[in-house]
Amino acid sequence: MAAKLITTALRRTASLHPSLLRPFSTAAATIPQPYDDPSGITVKGVKISGRPLYLDMQATSPVDPRVLDSMLPFYLSRFGNPHSRTHLYGWESDEAVEIARTQVAQLINASPKEIVFTSGATESNNISVKGTMHFYKEKKKHVITTQTEHKCVLDSCRHLQQEGFDVTYLPVGSDGLIDVGKLREAIREDTGLVSVMAVNNEIGVIQPMEEIGAVCKEFKIPFHTDAAQALGKIDVDVDKWNVSLMSLSGHKIYGPKGVGALYMRRRPRIRVEPQMNGGGQERGIRSGTVPTPLVVGMGAACELARKEMKYDEKRISMLQERMLSAIRAKLDGVVVNGSEDRRYVGNLNLSFAYVEGESLLMGLKEVAVSSGSACTSASLEPSYVLRALGVDEDMAHTSIRFGIGRFTTEEEIDRAVELTVKQVEKLREMSPLYEMVKEGIDIKSIQWAQH
Amino acid sequence: MLSNATRRILGLGFRNEAPAINQLRFYHERVVDHYNNPRNVGSFDKADPTVGTGLVGAPACGDVMKLQIKVDDKTGKIVDACFKTFGCGSAIASSSVATEWVKGRQMEDVVSIKNTEIAKHLSLPPVKLHCSMLAEDAIKAAVKDYEAKRAKSSTTEASPAEKAADG
Repeated sequence: MAAKLITTALRRTASLHPSLLRPFSTAAATIPQPYDDPSGITVKGVKISGRPLYLDMQATSPVDPRVLDSMLPFYLSRFGNPHSRTHLYGWESDEAVEIARTQVAQLINASPKEIVFTSGATESNNISVKGTMHFYKEKKKHVITTQTEHKCVLDSCRHLQQEGFDVTYLPVGSDGLIDVGKLREAIREDTGLVSVMAVNNEIGVIQPMEEIGAVCKEFKIPFHTDAAQALGKIDVDVDKWNVSLMSLSGHKIYGPKGVGALYMRRRPRIRVEPQMNGGGQERGIRSGTVPTPLVVGMGAACELARKEMKYDEKRISMLQERMLSAIRAKLDGVVVNGSEDRRYVGNLNLSFAYVEGESLLMGLKEVAVSSGSACTSASLEPSYVLRALGVDEDMAHTSIRFGIGRFTTEEEIDRAVELTVKQVEKLREMSPLYEMVKEGIDIKSIQWAQH
Repeated sequence: MLSNATRRILGLGFRNEAPAINQLRFYHERVVDHYNNPRNVGSFDKADPTVGTGLVGAPACGDVMKLQIKVDDKTGKIVDACFKTFGCGSAIASSSVATEWVKGRQMEDVVSIKNTEIAKHLSLPPVKLHCSMLAEDAIKAAVKDYEAKRAKSSTTEASPAEKAADG
């Protein structure tokens, strides 16, 4: 009876959504996509042909084919559990995990023993912030972080506040950088952790890591950094920065999604309370079977990043310059958000004055970009990072983040510039603010009715 | 009952995918149409006594709408309308629709245009309802501005002062 019901239900569902049933096939490429309509792609109610060009590398990056090649055997033939100690399947997986650990460690100048694999930078940040404070809760009650941190650090801090810890959110200057003097002032007797991200995800500014590290060393306070956006893009050296904890992510460096790592310094030793209990894998810090294929992929991605970082940087920097100068040549009122000299070149966060960001995004159908971080792009609020920078609220509504990566081509940049300029010009033609400015009216002098 | 339950269990995977595809179509066709081909974009001379200007919203909120109407002095009919909008696609579409709707109508009639009608016409999601409210306010502000101008010119011959109408 039940079996009969199941078959009828299945058949009915299949007849309802024939396009949604995914036939299993040995050819991986035959998975039907909602985008595979040969007549074009429907995005935001509009059909375009081909796929949009991708300029959102801060959200995620494609997996490098060389990374995928290294991963595949660990899905198909070498599928063993790396914690199995009794047979070959386990041993070979374990060896692959340890090689990957070394590859990650080499990129950040650490020892493989200091690397713990996690599910991503969010988990690493949670372990670092909550785990450290929980471990030292008897003596330490205070955390220092910045207003422009990633949501997962801010949310972990908020959680700590609910538990009775004190958190200081350091302000940033108009260039997005923190003032090391202010950090020094904020330090208290019971400060247990300083957490400052290396490269900001939204505006791409690089914090003065060495200076912050030196201050933390002076006061003997553990220093945590979220380096998800920095790894493989700028030189990361745990000794130079004097970090105790560092969060890393796989999918931002052309590795797979769902894997990350946490660097934990051994000398002086930093200890954390595990956030997940279980079989005691990863030295008890992060229980749960280590996903061998993902970890191998992250290792390979780190290895590639170590070898090709200089080349990538040169190329991406060239592309960024090409984009910025082309846009500036054609449009006025273009502002780069965040410091222009202390920033990662692959992140170009621009504000186009008098044009609202969301309407610009809607017009840029053929370019995949975002108005800020992917986590907050669903809300209507202007970005909290830009507000922390003290960007005028009207300008905070106008930002677009262009993320350039390893596989971005000159043609893509040129096309993106062309489309952006066209759209901005169209929207400015439609903008009452632009008209007022051209008439010589100061927008700030008008008494706006707030809604 | 059992059949419903099985269907729900089995259908879960598929049903979860269906809205994901729908979400790609976040904007209604009419919004996209008005965004791509906005009607009546432009400006009239603010000093013209037959023109009423409504300027509502604030840059800080991410929406500013300027709606202008040109009124026939004798009949009180709106002969032309135009807009300029700084804001999201829904705000642009709402103001575009508003200009279309007020054109050719009596001034007394247009103030009865409700934001819910605009929102319904464009199928705006709840988070975008304020765009349609702004359009309603803009129409009212434009009418108010025109009436104020008329009252002023009939009593004194002072030149109409430049002002930003409040929402």
